[in-house]
Amino acid sequence: MRVRLKVWRQQSPSAKGKFVTYPIDNANADMSMLECLDVLNEQLIERGEDPIAFEHDCREGICGSCGFMINGVAHGPLQATTVCQLTMRHFKDGEELVLEPWRARAFPMIKDLVVDRRSFDRIIASGGYISVSTGSAPDGNAILVPKESADRAMDAAACIGCGACVAACPNASAALFTGAKIAHLGILPQGKPEQDIRALRMVTQMNAEGFGGCTNIGECTAVCPKEIPLEVIAAMNRDYLRGSWRERDNLVTTIRPFTEWSTGSKLKIDPNAGI
Amino acid sequence: MQLNARIPSGPIEQLWDETRFNMKLVNPANKRRHSLIVVGSGLAGGSAAASLGELGYNVKCFCFQDSPRRAHSIAAQGGINAAKNYQNDGDSVYRLFYDTVKGGDFRAREANVYRLAQISVHIIDQCVAQGVPFAREYGGTLTNRSFGGAQVSRTFYARGQTGQQLLLGAYQALERQVQAGTVAMYPRTEMLDLIVIDGHARGIVTRNLVTGEIDTHLADAVILGTGGYGNVFYLSTNAKGSNVTASWRAHKRGALFANPCFTQIHPTCIPVSGDYQSKLTLMSESLRNDGRIWVPKKKGDKRPPNQIPEEDRDYYLERRYPSFGNLVPRDVASRNAKYVCDEGRGVGETGLGVYLDFADAIRRLGRKAIEERYGNLFDMYQRITGEDPYEVPMRIYPAIHYTMGGLWVDYHLMSSIPGLFVIGEANFSDHGANRLGASALMQGLSDGYFIVPYTVGDYLATNKLEKVNESHSEVRNAVACVQQMTQKLLAINGKRTVDSFHRQLGKIVWDYCGMSRTAEGLQTAIDQIRELREEYWHNVRVPGSGDDFNQSLEKAGRVADFFELAELMCVDALERNESCGGHFREEYQTPDGEAQRDDEHYSYVAAWDYRGYGNREELVKEPLEFEYVHPSQRSYK
Repeated sequence: MRVRLKVWRQQSPSAKGKFVTYPIDNANADMSMLECLDVLNEQLIERGEDPIAFEHDCREGICGSCGFMINGVAHGPLQATTVCQLTMRHFKDGEELVLEPWRARAFPMIKDLVVDRRSFDRIIASGGYISVSTGSAPDGNAILVPKESADRAMDAAACIGCGACVAACPNASAALFTGAKIAHLGILPQGKPEQDIRALRMVTQMNAEGFGGCTNIGECTAVCPKEIPLEVIAAMNRDYLRGSWRERDNLVTTIRPFTEWSTGSKLKIDPNAGI
Repeated sequence: MQLNARIPSGPIEQLWDETRFNMKLVNPANKRRHSLIVVGSGLAGGSAAASLGELGYNVKCFCFQDSPRRAHSIAAQGGINAAKNYQNDGDSVYRLFYDTVKGGDFRAREANVYRLAQISVHIIDQCVAQGVPFAREYGGTLTNRSFGGAQVSRTFYARGQTGQQLLLGAYQALERQVQAGTVAMYPRTEMLDLIVIDGHARGIVTRNLVTGEIDTHLADAVILGTGGYGNVFYLSTNAKGSNVTASWRAHKRGALFANPCFTQIHPTCIPVSGDYQSKLTLMSESLRNDGRIWVPKKKGDKRPPNQIPEEDRDYYLERRYPSFGNLVPRDVASRNAKYVCDEGRGVGETGLGVYLDFADAIRRLGRKAIEERYGNLFDMYQRITGEDPYEVPMRIYPAIHYTMGGLWVDYHLMSSIPGLFVIGEANFSDHGANRLGASALMQGLSDGYFIVPYTVGDYLATNKLEKVNESHSEVRNAVACVQQMTQKLLAINGKRTVDSFHRQLGKIVWDYCGMSRTAEGLQTAIDQIRELREEYWHNVRVPGSGDDFNQSLEKAGRVADFFELAELMCVDALERNESCGGHFREEYQTPDGEAQRDDEHYSYVAAWDYRGYGNREELVKEPLEFEYVHPSQRSYK
């Protein structure tokens, strides 16, 4: 089959980006969207051009590395499917596909279709865990967890952190991502002791990163490859409200949203420094 | 060279307790003065970095992905074993130990495996406390399933995403330490060399994958949790980025590489559909419980499957193994699929596939029952192939999916370089010649949470390490090696892409060092690998520069290492004149075609010592002794 790929090309964060159209004459209905890009990249390298940078790793829909907009839809037209598992048979012969990176202030551009999602890591670092150090756990059956709670926690925990929710949201809100972790841990008895402060810290960090607010549009859950339900955002708002009352005497700090990539001995900033 | 595995003597139940008691401790106040490097952020690396941070060490953790949460442990589906005996079905630490030694076809160390079984119970407790949403019974207790042919139900799981949930648990523990300031996380940073000073591992050289900067990081010990090398086959179930570079560069600095030819092939993957194929997708082994595997009796029979009448079908597993039938172990099922395809009876466009047919099960149990059992797998199959497995038999073919070999480590998980520890799939330790289902997650977390945090402390307390800085000649030497290799790759400017070489290399290794091997084939492979490697260094084209984000350059360095590893795999397979577990040498089989072990001559770990580029590596043997589980022949007839 034939398709035309109109791809966003941007050499670096500071360079000006533009769309470049590439005709693909030898696409196969069984190949995935990423394999189609592989084939194109092989041709580009042979022609002496710069291949298209895109993020990918497991290619079975679970690592969360891949993702871009196809014709304005995060991860493309097939529901509950990441671009690595999206096969070309879902497109029409001769169709033009517009590929764009996730666009959000909190996801700075790196190159072509690759963006920096460390803001998600910082949201988790701000409180997305249960504070239990290795070795101090009681027997696995010491605390009973109703099956229904375990199932609901699992629904929220299925998030792969790809960022499609942010890219799809007109406000570039990370509420679905943040809410998924708050709901996952808040539902389980093990996560109850820190439920209030966790929500407070994570939401504060989410805001500090420059993600927009949630206005209940629901684009996020519509494109989510793991179909995280919208109700996790309600759980987040509830826990945040309660947390901001109960924990009002606690100072909540945030991690500075850094975008630098300096490392090693030349590390100029301390990624751990709380501000 | 003499290897000392540091296995203590005494009754096997007490070895780990005694070892821990005899360890020297680092004073809590001194811990923060020690800096440690952890490379890799999967189940092993992530859990080690988090646990060492909690203890108060100064930890730097590195991963090549954009976030530590992407490590390939995340893709594990089935579950994690633990000898909890919650089901009251007769499981015990000893039984898990016994099953693992036997399943590994008697090529693993008893002491290590026993410790793994002991620790398994603590892993579940730890993960539950972290909020891993394991499957539960209605009463709220943890549920189990039986997995991989085990006769007891000891596998804990979180839907089909157990690896994901365990990894997120470790990742969250890691991020907690990042926030606490004990761990500094370096994503998009790849280790490209090991710094060895006065015989001790003292640091690493890294490349920042965004800016291209080459940096050095110095520390008191280095821990590698960098995964397996299945991608040497190009097509595998591994993530595209999984590579052997960190392990291999450490090997070239003196860490012995053990049993490289022990690789595991999984029988139920979706077959290759074309030459653009970039990776293989695993389908759960549970499908073999109800599906029947067959191929046409006649060579080149191109009729659609539902037009092939019963009498023209060969249910070859049921025919050859009447008692186990379609449920024979992974290695046996894989090998037989290869045989029928080699005979020209394979199905699908490429002829590399066999049918897994649910028609009988649907007739017997009804479509609804099959939907309940395998609905999500059938959906995934249909999404990828466009065929409806309720109507048309599935096509499956084996694919590489785990590597038992890896860097040699002693009982403390320390390699042959003092101060270099290796954990998880990256080491060779606990699975012998064949890994059992649901044991990889167990080993990764056991090493990371509960072993290496102790053994590293003992190393620090018993070794007086001089202070080193970046002007040391060994540091500058390592940086120069990395820069030289980068420049060399960029300067070749040949005609072929990195992927085209990788694909060709993978095919050689798959054809001659895959499911079955012969002395002649392995020799052919070694010659072909050397020839292709020669071409690689003259004709590869790596576009772009070393000063920015350059995915082709990343791949080029990794493929260069795969070439060298591929040759060592073949050398190791050629040297091991027996068949055991995943290593099947056609010359060594029983009269009825099963693997024939040679315990008298090959009951050892083959550890290889690097002897310079292009030279034959030197074999160092660590003899294996079996005091508790006595070697026996596996039979599935």
